Formats: sequence, C-alpha cells, structure tokens
Amino acid sequence: MTKKLILFSSIFAFLIFLTGCQSLTVLDPKGPQAETTADVIMTSIWTMLIIVIVVFILLIVMLVKYRARNQADDYEPPYIKGNKWVEIICVGIPIIIVIFLSVITVKSTYEVEGKPKGYENDEPLVIYAASSNWKWHFSYPEENIETVNYVFIPTDRPIEFKLYAYGPIASFWVPQLAGQKYAMANMVNTLNLAATEPGEYMGRNASFTGEGFAEQTFNVTALPPADYQTWIEEIQATAEPLTEDKFNQLLEPGRLGQETYTGTHLEFSPPPTTHHGAKESDGTENTEQEMNDSMEDSMEN
Amino acid sequence: MEFFDRFAVPNPTFTIYASMVAIGLTMLAILVGITYFKKWGYLWREWLTTVDHKRIGIMYLISALLMLFRGGVDALMMRAQTAIPDNTFLNAQEYNEVFTTHGVVMILFMAMAFVMALMNFVTPLQIGARDVAFPRLNALSFWLYFMGAMLFNISFVIGGSPDSGWTSYFPLAGNEFSPSVGTNYYMLSIQIAGLGTLITGINFIVTILKMRAPGMTLMKMPMFTWSALITNLIIVFAFPVLTVALAMGTMDRLFGTHFFSIDNGGMDMLWANFFWVWGHPEVYILILPAFGIYSEIIPTFARRNLYGYKSMVISIVAISALSFLVWVHHFFTMGQGALVNSIFSISTMAIAVPTGVKIFNWLLTLWKGKIEFTTAMLYSVGFIPIFTIGGVTGVMLAMASADYQYHNTMFLVAHFHLVIIPGVVFAMIAGLFYWWPKMFGFMLNEKLGKASFWAIAVGVCLAFFPMFISGLDGQARRMYTYSESTGFGIWNMISFIGASMLAIGFILIVYNIYYSTRYASRDISSDPWNARSLEWATHSPVPDYNFAITPEVQSLEAFWDAKKKGHKLFKGNYKEIHMPNNSGVPFIMCCFFFLLGFALVFSMWVVAIIAAIGIFSCMAHRSLEQDHGHHISVEEITKTEEKLGGAKK
Amino acid sequence: MKVDHSQPLEYSTEQNRLNILGFWIFLGAEIALFATLFASYFLLRNGTGSGPSDGEVFVIDTLMIQTFLLLTSSFTIGLGVHAMRLGRKTATINFFIVTLLLGLGFVGVEIYEFTQYIDEGLTLQTSGFSSALFTLLGTHGAHVTFGLFWGSFIIYQLITRGLTPETANKSFIFSLYWHFLDVVWIFIFSFVYLKGMI
Repeated sequence: MTKKLILFSSIFAFLIFLTGCQSLTVLDPKGPQAETTADVIMTSIWTMLIIVIVVFILLIVMLVKYRARNQADDYEPPYIKGNKWVEIICVGIPIIIVIFLSVITVKSTYEVEGKPKGYENDEPLVIYAASSNWKWHFSYPEENIETVNYVFIPTDRPIEFKLYAYGPIASFWVPQLAGQKYAMANMVNTLNLAATEPGEYMGRNASFTGEGFAEQTFNVTALPPADYQTWIEEIQATAEPLTEDKFNQLLEPGRLGQETYTGTHLEFSPPPTTHHGAKESDGTENTEQEMNDSMEDSMEN
Repeated sequence: MEFFDRFAVPNPTFTIYASMVAIGLTMLAILVGITYFKKWGYLWREWLTTVDHKRIGIMYLISALLMLFRGGVDALMMRAQTAIPDNTFLNAQEYNEVFTTHGVVMILFMAMAFVMALMNFVTPLQIGARDVAFPRLNALSFWLYFMGAMLFNISFVIGGSPDSGWTSYFPLAGNEFSPSVGTNYYMLSIQIAGLGTLITGINFIVTILKMRAPGMTLMKMPMFTWSALITNLIIVFAFPVLTVALAMGTMDRLFGTHFFSIDNGGMDMLWANFFWVWGHPEVYILILPAFGIYSEIIPTFARRNLYGYKSMVISIVAISALSFLVWVHHFFTMGQGALVNSIFSISTMAIAVPTGVKIFNWLLTLWKGKIEFTTAMLYSVGFIPIFTIGGVTGVMLAMASADYQYHNTMFLVAHFHLVIIPGVVFAMIAGLFYWWPKMFGFMLNEKLGKASFWAIAVGVCLAFFPMFISGLDGQARRMYTYSESTGFGIWNMISFIGASMLAIGFILIVYNIYYSTRYASRDISSDPWNARSLEWATHSPVPDYNFAITPEVQSLEAFWDAKKKGHKLFKGNYKEIHMPNNSGVPFIMCCFFFLLGFALVFSMWVVAIIAAIGIFSCMAHRSLEQDHGHHISVEEITKTEEKLGGAKK
Repeated sequence: MKVDHSQPLEYSTEQNRLNILGFWIFLGAEIALFATLFASYFLLRNGTGSGPSDGEVFVIDTLMIQTFLLLTSSFTIGLGVHAMRLGRKTATINFFIVTLLLGLGFVGVEIYEFTQYIDEGLTLQTSGFSSALFTLLGTHGAHVTFGLFWGSFIIYQLITRGLTPETANKSFIFSLYWHFLDVVWIFIFSFVYLKGMI
C-alpha cells in the first residue's frame, strides 16, 4: 500500500514539477501559435489532473477500506447490480469534460491553422521549406535567395511556410514557434507562424525519414526587421547563384551543413501544384475532402 | 553464388553473425533433442495436428512469450542506445531496424498472440462449449500466425530486417527509399498472420453466437466472452482493410504498381489512411479483451459481482463503433484543415466517455467487496492508476491543436506505452496467472508473481514518465541519438533504468513458470480462486471434451450461483460426445504459406508458384475429404471423470 | 450426426448451420475488402499520370457481355439451389455446370478485355489509376476463377456422393459466394464502368 502511495505522490510531484517547469521547449513559446498550443496543453493538463486525482483517491479508498484483511472473516459482500444515478454521473461528468475540451480544441485549432493572432492584417512573408533526405531547403521567392538547413525570419511579421518534400513524408517542426505540419511530395502544406522575440530556435523534421533522420535539423533565427533586411541584402550581394545542377547535387541523400545561395530552386524545380490550408489555394482542395468522404463511405459499408 | 547473394544481410555486424550462429545452434539442438528423446511422434500427434482449442491456446501462449522476449530485447537495445547522448552502441540503420521490429513484434506477434491465447483457451469454456465452431480453421489460424511470425523473424538473419517503422509509411517504405527486402518481409509476414486473425474472427463470432450453453442468453454471457465477441467483430471489419493495404504495398514493391508512389498518379497519404483505418481498431482489438479479463478478475477477488454489467456491455459496443471513426487523429498534421481535425478530435475524445464508465465500474466493483491481493488482482488494480494516466494523456493528444506539438515526439511514445502496457500486457499477465491452474493443473508461485508485479509496475512508470518531459522538451521519436546540449540525457537514462526493471520483471515471470512447473503442488482443486464463471466448473486441467455434461445456465454468474444458491449446472447422465479429428493439413498448408511468403520476399517466382499450388492442393484435399470426427463413449467419459477426481455433476 | 428433417437439407445439421452463419460473416469481411478496393479506386481514379484515363479505355461491348454472362450465371445457380431443395440431383448438377460455364465465359472475356487495355498502353504499372483498376477488377476476377475450381469440386462431389446434408450445405454456401460476386459486379458495373464512360 505504501508503495502505491509513493507511486501516487511521485506522479503528483512530477506533474507539479511539469507545471512549474516553464523551461520545456514546447511550454516556452516565442510566438502566438506556440503560445496557443502551450495554453491548450496547460489547460488540458490541469483538467486531466482532476480526473487522475479523483480516480486515484477512489482507488486508494476502495483498496484500503475493502481489503479482506480489514474486514470480518464472515463478511459476505453484497450483490449490487448498479445504480441509475451513479451511472448518469459516470457518463455525465466525462461528457461535460469532453465538451469543455472540445470547445477549446476547435477554437485553438482554427487559431493555429489561421494567421497568427495580432498579425491578421499584415502581409505575410512567404518562405518555401522543402525537405529532402536529410536536409531542409528554404526558398525566399520575393527576396530571391535560398538557404539550406537554416532560416532567418523577421520578428513581428507573420510568416507563411509552404511545405513540401522531395521523397519521404517529413514533419516541419519549430516547437517554440508553432506545432508541426507534414511536408509531402504531392502537395504543399501551409504553416503559419510568427516570432515575437528575436532569438535562435531549434527546428527539425519530426517524422521518421530513414537513416539520417536524427540529424535532419535546422536553425531558425528571428531578427528584428531592420537586421533581417540587412541580412537579406548581404546574402544577395555575396552568395553564389543556385544552378539546377547544384540543386540536384544538394538533393542527393546525405547530410549537409548550412549553405546559402542567390536565386531559388522554385523556377527549375517547382513545388507540387496541390495546395492545402492556404487561403489563396488554387481550388484543388477537394482531393483530400473527397478522400475523407469516400473513406467514410467505405466504413459505412 | 550469385543466387545466394540476395540472402545476405545488407548491414552485417558482429551481433548479426553471432545471432545467426546462435539461431543455427538452437535449431540444431532442438532437432537433435526431439530426435534423441523420440518426441517427433508425440509432437506431431499431440500438437502439430491438434484442433483442440485449449492446445491451440497454449501454443499461442508459448509463441507470445517467445515474441515478448524478441520484442523485449529490441526495446532494451533501443533504451540502451539512447541512455546517454551521442552513444555509438547502435548505428542509425541498426536502431531503425530495431524500433521497427520492436513495434511489429510487440503489437502483431506478441500482444495479438497473447489475446488469441486467452481467447482460445477461455471463451469456449466460459460458454460451456466442446470446442470452437470450426476447430480445423482454428488450427489453420494459429499456424498462419506462427508462420507469419517466423517469416518476420528470419528477416533478421536472411536478407535484412525492415527499417521503415512499424507504420511503414510510403514513400519511405517504397523501393526507392527502402531498397532492401526488409519491407517485403513486413508486408508478407503481416499479411499471412493477418489472414489467420481474420479466420479467428469469423470462427469466434460463430462460436459465441451459436454454441453457448442452454440458458446462456447474450446478457448472461461473462464479460470476457462479450469482449471476445466484440473484438472479433472488429477483426472481421478491420482486417480486410489491412489485407488490401498490404497487398497494394506488396505490389508497389514487387510489381512496380503506383498505389502509394509519388509519381504517375499514386497517393502516398493513402497508405497512412488505410493503415490507421485498420490500425486504430487494432488498438481496441488488443484492449477490449484486456478489459474483459479485468472484468473477470476484479469481481473474483473483490468477491463481488461486476458493477454495472449492462453499462459495461454498452460501453464496449460504443468503443468498438467509435474505433472506426477516429483514424485521422494519427496524422492531424497532414494538413487536412481545421474542420476535419476538429471532427476527428471530438470523435476521439468521445471514446473517453465509455472508457471512463468502465474505469468507474471497476472501482465500484471494489466497493463493499472483500479484496484479496493475489498476483492477478495486483496486476488488475495496478492497471487502473497507470492506465488512467495513459488514458488522460490520450485525451490530451486528441486535441488537434496541442497534437501539433505532441505528434511524433516522445510524449506520444509515453502515451501509447502507458496505455498498452497496463492495458494489454498487465491484463495478459493477470490472465496468465489467473487461468494458469485451469490450463496446467498447478498454480504459479504467488510470491514471485508479486515481485514481478512490483518490478514491472515501477519499471513502467520509470521507463515512460520521463518521456512525457523529454517529448515536451522537443525530443522527436525514432531518433537514434541526440547531442548532449539538448538536455535529454537524464530523462533517457531514467527510461533505460525503468526498461531494465521491466526486463527483470519479465525474467521473474519466466523464472516463475520454470520454478512452479518444478515445485508447485499438483494437488489443487478445480476452482482454486473461488471464481464465478463456467470455466471453473470443470476439471483442471480440462479434459478433451471440456464438460462431461453440457452445463445449463440460469444466471449471469452461473458457477457462483451454482455454489451459493445451489443452482444445478449439470443435469442428466453422460452421453456419447462427438469430437473433431486431428488434422495435419493446416500445418502443412501453412508451411506452404511460409514458403510462398519467403519466395515472394525474394521474388523467386517459380518457388512461389509451387508453394501456391501446394496451398491450393491442401484446400482441394479439404474439399474432397470426408471427416465426420469421432465419438467418445460413455465408458471412456466415466473413466476420465473418475481419474480427474470424481464426476462433476 | 443428428439430422433435423424439418429443415432444408443444407441447414439440417448443427455443423451445417454453423457453416452457413460463418460464411455470411466471411461475406461481411469480403464486403469490407471490396469496399476498401472501391475506395482506393475512387481516390486514384484521377491519378492517371501520363497514361490513359478511364473514359479512354472502357468499351461497352465486353462490359455488356460480361454483365450478361455473370447475371445469367447468378440466375442459373439460383435454379440449381431450387432444384436441390426439390431433391432433384441431376437438375442441380446441370444448373451448376451451366453456371460454371457462364463463369468461365466471364473470365475469358475479362482476360480478353485486359489484353485490350494492355494494347492501348494501360498496364498494371502505368499509373495509380491503372493499378487500382486492375486490382479491383482482378480481385473480382480471381474470386470468380477460384469459384470455378471450387464449383467443379462440388459438382464432382454431387455426382459421386449425391445430395447429402454435407454436399447440399457446400452447394448452398457456394451459391451464396456466387451471388455475392454478382452483387460486387453490379457495383463495378455502375461505379467503375458507367461512371467512367459518362
């Protein structure tokens, strides 16, 4: 019994520790999208903690109180069929909790899928992020530059990452700025984020892509707009141009350091034509919709 | 020589060569041993050709324990590799193979087999039947599973293990990115084992619907039988989806079709969708029987009836229906938009409601009880707190926006292990301890059993709680290593310690089996736990025909009421019993299946055609054969009953 | 073996009743299997890559012949089971033989149709569409082919053993299988061919 108590208290301590520990990457947001997800996570932890505590207390009470050793030898447990009210409570409370969490989920999901809060009216900076085994290629179509395995972004401006892949499904993830989204070969996904503070953030592919997966990381550096502009101009002035041959070399499976080029691969190796989640989507959105519809059909059969 | 090159392992290391030698020697030792002790005939007559559900159950059990060992070694290697930053114990390729085989072996060849073992052994006894509806098909199911498992396992030494994750997402699993034959093994071995599972599904639905003892209406069925019925219904509707997906994956890899390719109109997301349309129900295929086991054990040792039987039944039916409507939550991040994600978030969270009902019903079963802490009961009540944590984190993962941060991280790994281990593995061990005396006629040692419980329970918490933290700190899953600056080291070290404790716990269970086999008393009653359902009304170990007289059931807890209220279970006299004959055909047919799978893995078409002809010949043989089974005479029944300690009447 | 004479022959023993229920559940699994194949066909229908699309390859003649053959065979096997219920062994066997001959014709036309597709440059490897099409049609065709063998074994048993509870049970189950394939064909006819040709 004591061991159960130890177990219980250690889990409790663990959760307290968790809530106090704001240094965990995901819970240390530097932008509105990540802040929304961090808030949702904390709310759900607290809500779930209530359930966990109720279950633990009930369990401990039952186990201690109704233990055979604590009862008379001739005690014969009664036959109890069930009680309507108990069952209504057992169903009702979880339903209320689920409704509460559903509201939060729907609201926050729309929030993180849309433009970052507070920047709704700003013109977003579009950056194409393409995954290849085991690298990330970032193309800035407006600035006409391309980087490998690192990306600079301006703070206080919404960024629209257009994600796709050369090869296996990868998942673009900068935990302190926003949650993940898949980069896939046959369509372009859009990830919205914004950084409120300048700094260096860890980014990586979170979806397994084979041998070099563990090292498929990139750095995100958020700079104040003026510094960002200086950086752009510097690159435009100094970097080598990206040729098709060079790009095909970069696509070869393997691991690369950080590289910088002028020009982008978008001209000679354009991204897939199917777009998702983008407002200015070019009308091919129904592919996925159809897919889900007929999946549901097949389930009904 | 060129012909044999294909069988070489693409990434050979010392460990693999050592394993080859070890496997070779073990095989040789087994063959020599069987020959020396002249056991070939015994093996063939009593086991390879058996159609008895109890023996098939025991064979499933042995296979499950073997696979637990294989998957467990994989797990230990993974935890050892990640225990310290920048470790070089395994390289990336080896790590990828290890986590792939760990997942496949644990889910499909360990947990499924364990579920099948208990379902096979217990269900017919609980409903008072002589055997399952189609005993011959039951043997076929087992051998298909067994050959599938063997085919998967030889990949380690012949041709190379699969390395694209147990989910094998395309295009990663396609020829371009996974050129070795490993993924062929994955596709074909799961296909073969899956066929067996599908056949079991049909078999058990018919058995439970049609072969219950007189008087046992659906609402008088024990909870475990209910869960078996619903589980098998899920199997029948979910496994065909896997069959199709695997067939398409195989064709993409062997014949160059374009189902999941990224060019020529293929659709890579299609695999992920099909995989999880099967995969999520599969989770419930594992956990519902586990829920059934807890619903048997908790009332037995709380000495009280199961609280809210009707709501328990309704909740498993609800869970099974919802299980088909949530698959998208495995890839919220695929970009299907906020609307689709919201719908699937809500349907996923809805599963928490019936699951919650079950948890509260178990808690209320303890209420006013007289709780006895046997090993089986310890595992059952230990399940509740750990599973609750696993379950509530599942609700957290169901929230799409938050899942964008949890997806593909150690947080997810922590969640599903904290659901599957207390949910499925605890239940299987509890069931093992609980039904062991019925299977073998002696009990497992309680002291060692309890020690194993504490090692495993503490080990699970230590191994997986730290992953919540490292996940939230940004550690993605399936990373073979990480740098020291990430700060993940400490959490992974704790995980490794926990994993080692788990290993100790499992070794204690195996030792317990050995120890009890040698030393435990054979002189036990047929009802050592003072239990409540029909399987305890017959002898331990159970005679071939299960019940000398078919029991007649009047109430939900038929055996308990027979003991307490004096209901008469067995009326009338012994009558001749009709039993099915043994048959070697299922075993031979599955050898051909193994050969077919192996030939296809290496694209050896002639061998594949020969094997296919072998399979069809077995089917033709079955079609033409006239086998009406045999009868056990009244004298023989009387003799057996007396030998087993007096007639059960 | 207890034979219940108040029931039709195919239902007359306990094992027969189990077999029939088991086969219905098997057909449930088959429905899930074909539903998955249909789903993938619908999803991949537009994935023609550089190959031809459905409207370009489908021909009405072979489709009509196939449909006629299979629907008629479903009718004749129905007559076969009816004859079996009346206890008329020869009629049963004859109707089953006609059924299998029609089925054989169906498979023959289907193979001819496939060769036509290949001539037009649509092979299994052409595109997502072609893979899904050949797999859906091929799975159905393979079921029919399997049925031809299975049916022949049953006819052989009917000839040598006559109408017993066992052979009647097998024949009845085979008829369920055959009707099911017919139903699947109706779906293929409407949702693959007609949809593609419109």
